[in-house]
Amino acid sequence: MRAESSTAGFHPTVLLWLAVGWIGYAVVPWYGLDDNFFLLGWLLDGYPLDDDVAPALFLNLQGQKLWLAPFALLLALPLTLYGRNRNDPLFGKLLIAVGAIGMGWFFMQGFGIGLRGWNFAWLNQLFGELDDRQFGMGYGALLTVTAFLFLFCVGLAARGAVGGDVFVVSAIGFVVATVGVFIFMPVLQMLANALVTPDGGYSLGSFISKIFSERLWSLGCFTGTRCGVALNSLFLAILVGVLTTLLGLVFALVATRTGFRYRRLLRALTVLPIITPPFVIGLAIILLFGLSGAVTQFVSGIFGIQPTRWVYGLPGLLMAQVLAFTPIAFLVLIGVVEGVSPSMEEASQTLRANRWQTFWNVSLPLMRPGLANAFLLGFIESMADFGNPLVLGGNFDVLSTEIFFAIVGAQNDPAQAAVLAIVLLFFTLGAFYAQRFWLGRKSYTTMSGKGDAGVHPRLPSLLEKGLFTVAGLWAFFTIFVYATIFYGSFVTRWGIDYSLTLQHYVKSFSIGRTEHGIHFSGAAWSSFWTTIEIALISAPLTAAIGLVTAYLLVRQHFKGKEAFEFGTMLSFAIPGTVIGVAYVIAFNVPPIELTGTGIILVLSFIFRNMPVGVRAGIASMSQIDKSLDESSLTLGANSWQTFRKVILPLLRPAILAALVYSFVRAMTAISAIIFLVSARYDMSTSYIVGRVENNEYGIAIAYSTVLIVVMLIVIGLMQLVVGSRRIGRRGVESDMSQSRTNVAAPVVQTPGAG
Amino acid sequence: MSEVRSNAATVKFDHVTKRYGSFTAVNDVSLDIEAGKLVTLLGPSGCGKTTTLRMIAGLEMATEGRIMIGGKDVTCLPATDRDVSMVFQSYALFPHMTVMENVEYGLKFSGVPKKEITQKAQAGLELVGLAKFGHRLPSELSGGQQQRVAVARALVLEPQVLLFDEPLSNLDAKLRRHVREEIREIQQNLGLTVVYVTHDQEEALAVSDRIVVMNNAVIAQDGTPRDLYEAPANAFVADFIGEANIFDCEIESVSKAIATVKLGPVTLKLPSRGQTPGPAKLAARPRRIELAKAGAQNTLPGKIAKSTYVGSHAEYVVSTDKGEIFIISQDVDQIHAPEATVGVAFARSGPVLIGA
Repeated sequence: MRAESSTAGFHPTVLLWLAVGWIGYAVVPWYGLDDNFFLLGWLLDGYPLDDDVAPALFLNLQGQKLWLAPFALLLALPLTLYGRNRNDPLFGKLLIAVGAIGMGWFFMQGFGIGLRGWNFAWLNQLFGELDDRQFGMGYGALLTVTAFLFLFCVGLAARGAVGGDVFVVSAIGFVVATVGVFIFMPVLQMLANALVTPDGGYSLGSFISKIFSERLWSLGCFTGTRCGVALNSLFLAILVGVLTTLLGLVFALVATRTGFRYRRLLRALTVLPIITPPFVIGLAIILLFGLSGAVTQFVSGIFGIQPTRWVYGLPGLLMAQVLAFTPIAFLVLIGVVEGVSPSMEEASQTLRANRWQTFWNVSLPLMRPGLANAFLLGFIESMADFGNPLVLGGNFDVLSTEIFFAIVGAQNDPAQAAVLAIVLLFFTLGAFYAQRFWLGRKSYTTMSGKGDAGVHPRLPSLLEKGLFTVAGLWAFFTIFVYATIFYGSFVTRWGIDYSLTLQHYVKSFSIGRTEHGIHFSGAAWSSFWTTIEIALISAPLTAAIGLVTAYLLVRQHFKGKEAFEFGTMLSFAIPGTVIGVAYVIAFNVPPIELTGTGIILVLSFIFRNMPVGVRAGIASMSQIDKSLDESSLTLGANSWQTFRKVILPLLRPAILAALVYSFVRAMTAISAIIFLVSARYDMSTSYIVGRVENNEYGIAIAYSTVLIVVMLIVIGLMQLVVGSRRIGRRGVESDMSQSRTNVAAPVVQTPGAG
Repeated sequence: MSEVRSNAATVKFDHVTKRYGSFTAVNDVSLDIEAGKLVTLLGPSGCGKTTTLRMIAGLEMATEGRIMIGGKDVTCLPATDRDVSMVFQSYALFPHMTVMENVEYGLKFSGVPKKEITQKAQAGLELVGLAKFGHRLPSELSGGQQQRVAVARALVLEPQVLLFDEPLSNLDAKLRRHVREEIREIQQNLGLTVVYVTHDQEEALAVSDRIVVMNNAVIAQDGTPRDLYEAPANAFVADFIGEANIFDCEIESVSKAIATVKLGPVTLKLPSRGQTPGPAKLAARPRRIELAKAGAQNTLPGKIAKSTYVGSHAEYVVSTDKGEIFIISQDVDQIHAPEATVGVAFARSGPVLIGA
């Protein structure tokens, strides 16, 4: 009854990708354009014959860029498959060959021929001077190489890869290719850059002397001078890791093991780090403890102590980062603390242990892996943090800011930046690796899912009191900090003139009326709209690639899956500053020339935030029984139909969460994009940092407040939408509540925890 | 047009092996399933029965060997392209679709005209007695009803083979009996080829035309329910299907396919079933062993170790030189007390010789 796939004519998927390939080669301009492609201005610019906007076919016909001509041949070859069945060995072999040669040739010509002819001296020697050149590739090139990629995948599937499933093979191919081009290639190019000497040669010696330099590893702070940058970062990260873990544990215990009535309030705390741009806490610390800070002045007024700049450096950084990252530790630990099976603790009590002995000998050891997880997460976050060190660092240099100054400062030394980035990468990847292979595989969850009734015992009362005190103080401090930000945005000039004013808001967000209608005259509008635009474009793309990756990881088995998973989660451990530097180095020159465009911002967001989508997807997909997919398959749907009709509808809450989350992350990110913004595409966060550097704190704080409010609204709306959805089913309702916490969960979903 | 028909086809396994890394889940299994029959794969957990079923479905691919359905080689065909439906242990009803949408789901991908889809789905629901439940969500049905929706969803595709993966394990005992009778009835009425996986031997005996007992990745025995019960091929089957006492014995001689068997002081004449003189094993069902007076002729002397009265019959454990023997006695008028000495007698037909 099930229809045999037709043998006559073309395989429809092949036809589709051939068409895409031909459009890329013969219809769309091959090279990048000066203005926006989608405005279609190029149609009037001498298309299709003018060199600048011509498709490859027309260039070739005019005898130019002849190295593009082989693509025509390669795209013509699959036409010989007319009438062949996909089970025909020739079908798969030919497509694999065409795809592989096409992609190979594509990258060879792209990297081989650049702005000044041959890119490599040996090519010059081999073929002689080339008196032609090429610019960065455009949409034509993109479509063509995409076609080759998918033809390759169809070929592989026809040869039986992953059970011959075209959709799955193509999805794997797509993810591998994009992650390869936009994460691995730039990072590798950056690493290669670290070997470059100032005069342009390559030298391992200078690299080694740089990487072991005093500047990085000096132990001077123990003898009175300054410590190396790398050690500063390490020291700070360890402190932050320990403190956030302890505080997170305190909160988790308060929320789950005491009679505390306002748990929901505690949960609300977990939203804070998501909506707060990373440097805002640093700003507030300056407002409170800086030279002209409120607390500083208050104390010096009473005790007559001379105000100092003590807060700039380790103390301030520690304060800001602990404030910023404790909620993350809390999110990790609350799951772990709840996961300790009550029956274990009840068993311990029936075995004559008292509350304190139970806590110390049973509960705490069971939480150990969670504690390690939380520590490593705090460690990585602190290492990667860029905003706070930028505004609060003072003389306490850390790796992330040092990288920034190596690129944009007076030194302008990409090689030095690359060396620093390698050290930073070494630390974060080390932590990532440790987390993954030390904890990731073992399952410590004691919850069996069924029949685990029982109540968590109360904590010893002394411990309980201690916890309440610490938590109370911390909560008070947090509220104080946020109140300061809010209040500060209305103050004329903090530290000097505390009169209330709206001038900062007016200056940045005024709306005027002109004869042409509403005019956004405030200084901040341009960056604000850019940010929204970029965030809106990147969010769905991030969610899509994240969920597809999650689907592959949870539901499919294929060779090299471990490596695939590692590669896709790797960008989680690559600090934003490193990605920023890598993108600047890799995408500044052809073949992929993207600096100064909005595309590079979108790309950086997609690949920075992709692990978030992956984690959200994995979390909810693991709750969908695999037999649902299988029954769909045995009922005759193919894997694409199954994905679309069964999995996606059930994942709707996760999709929404991934969307909102990547949107919000795109709005608050600073570390990567500060390298990538341009005059045309300035982003909110880099604009704010610019104001801070000009000492215009008022505007910076007012803008931050607006961002926080906007994101609160976005998250609130999302909670409403997700919360109001109901499927008349007990099981699903509990699913829903789970995915509701997913709004915040991606932070918790630590690398490898799934 | 709108009734559910059968396209029953044969299934053939030709030396099929499935390995996961170094672990062999199914080892060199050959199997022929006739069209229109209900064949059960029976065995303890981990014996490879579910893997075998999933290979028929195309959810697992055979590492070696060939699989044919309806005479066509489907070894490399994925599940989507095989004309096979499966009823899952968890039912796997799509929670975001109504009962009707669930049943229509497979029809949509099978090139059935739109008008017919609804009619067919409705006919399928009628067949399982749920005609009025089409608009409900699966969550609004009881476990037994969900099960029947799963069956209807698989039936309406009129598959060449219908697969059941422990379909009753999520139902309570009473419902189980009822649903299994329904499944059997539908199968026989429509003449479907059904492959059915279970670990419950009673269920297997009740529904099957044929049972394939699997153990440790290979087929232990393949036969009708009666064959398996009365003439188990080996100790594993004897013990797994019903209970059996297994004894070490000695075959003294074989003539005309009748073996003279020595079991301690007892001499028995039994069908030899291909055994040759020498040490062998004897399997005897608890109901095929009787208690006689101590010292009676041709009995094994023993002492009652345990005695349990359970109303319809009495159960004894008797310790003898040949080990402890479990006996079920219909004679409840006179209950033997523990420590009593007795003679253990073997029924004329019942004990069977199996390979040593």
